Amino acid sequence: MGLQDRIVITGVGLAAPNGNNLSEYRQNLLSGVSGVQDFETRYMGKVHAGVCGFDPLRYQKKKDLRRGTRAGSVAIYCSREAIADSNLELEELDRSRVGVFLGITEHGNVETENEVYNISQHGHDTAFWTHHHNPRTVANNPAGEVTLGLRITGPHYTLGAACAAGNTGIISGVQMLRLGEVDYALAGGISESIHTFGIFASFKAQGALAVHEDPTQASRPYDVDRNGIVVSEGGCVYVLERFEHAQARGAKIYGEVAGYAMNSDASDFVLPLPERQIECMRLALDRAGIEPNQVDIVNTHATATKLGDIQESLAVKEVFRDAPTTYFNNTKSFIGHAMGAAAALELAGNLPAFNDRIVHPTINVNNLDPECGITNLVLNEAREIDRVDYILNNSAGMLGVNAVVIVKRV
Amino acid sequence: MTKEEIRAAIIDILNDIAPDEDTSTIQDDVSLRDQLGLDSMDFLDIVMELRKRHNVEVPSPDYPQLATMDSCLEYLHPKMG
Repeated sequence: MGLQDRIVITGVGLAAPNGNNLSEYRQNLLSGVSGVQDFETRYMGKVHAGVCGFDPLRYQKKKDLRRGTRAGSVAIYCSREAIADSNLELEELDRSRVGVFLGITEHGNVETENEVYNISQHGHDTAFWTHHHNPRTVANNPAGEVTLGLRITGPHYTLGAACAAGNTGIISGVQMLRLGEVDYALAGGISESIHTFGIFASFKAQGALAVHEDPTQASRPYDVDRNGIVVSEGGCVYVLERFEHAQARGAKIYGEVAGYAMNSDASDFVLPLPERQIECMRLALDRAGIEPNQVDIVNTHATATKLGDIQESLAVKEVFRDAPTTYFNNTKSFIGHAMGAAAALELAGNLPAFNDRIVHPTINVNNLDPECGITNLVLNEAREIDRVDYILNNSAGMLGVNAVVIVKRV
Repeated sequence: MTKEEIRAAIIDILNDIAPDEDTSTIQDDVSLRDQLGLDSMDFLDIVMELRKRHNVEVPSPDYPQLATMDSCLEYLHPKMG
């Protein structure tokens, strides 16, 4: 056990706007099925959003749902599904050796806005403010609800890393395994962001909220007519464990986390910086011990904002300029921007490619923006390629946080 | 409100706070905590809902009065009657 340990993915549990498990989600990504729909939100009325359809009562009681948060519920669903998928029996595990590490873009906005609205119905008398507010809004809530629901007694925390948080959760899980702190990590990302108007209103004020007469076409990274972000909820949790351990128990192995990196732009609150994204991807490639042309699929972060897509395209084109057999895709065109869950969900959507060698497409590109003209960007139709040994998952978020994860076929 | 009406109002609240439980079989002289698996946060919910729905204040020293349905009715009838 040590810092060089090989860490592998042995379970995937997810709640996506277009799928409640990996096979459903993958099928919809390959056949072009969007999960974006119209959604009513307080004060703003109808907006476009990615809304999940999983059954929260599969793993929780009604009382749990009443007391906890949507983020907690998504996290519990994904964690239970991931454990089931990994073929582990929770009751037979030493649960003090299981850790929960979940990326979040934000947490507490939903619950706070609900309470502000609640007391507004009572003359703003704070005597009507709920005693559930603090346990619902502490930053560790989604990960903590997983430990409560699954009786896990190892470490848990969330990682705030804006829209790079899904990768950050995975990275934290890998690190905690290598440090010997845990034997299993439940790691990934979670979002409940659609349940407060604030995120929509803020993107709208920024001129970055997507609008389209057909909600399924609203999220359109790289298209000339893209006009902003579709906000989504969702989650994706992986079971991570040491390779030797997984092999010894005969676990199904989705892939090995071959490299990762995080860095900071240190330049702007919202606008990503290509130079730092380039550095981040190159650092991850160095750690994986591979050249860019060994990467077969790059899942981009592009959110369908005018400048953000161009900035990331510049970075990707630079890193992969000598990589003629590397293919690129984007998952937000199907599911919108799942915020803290985005990177984790986007990686999951590509993992089956290790087996079927199919690159899911980026949909809704009617007119490719020439400034986003990445060679081998897979547009609108899935594409089978010769080999898939490495997948690079790129992500970036506000305040200039970048996180990259590279997964290798085992 | 009559005691019967107050009882119905409490049952309404309990149905929301303990949505997985069957409140139709509640025994009025047995602890609500034991019958419905309530904890201290649930009792704070009962207090909050009495405030919201019926404008009734239950000061914290009086919380033990909410232990059973009988004691609830005894305590709340003068306030809601």
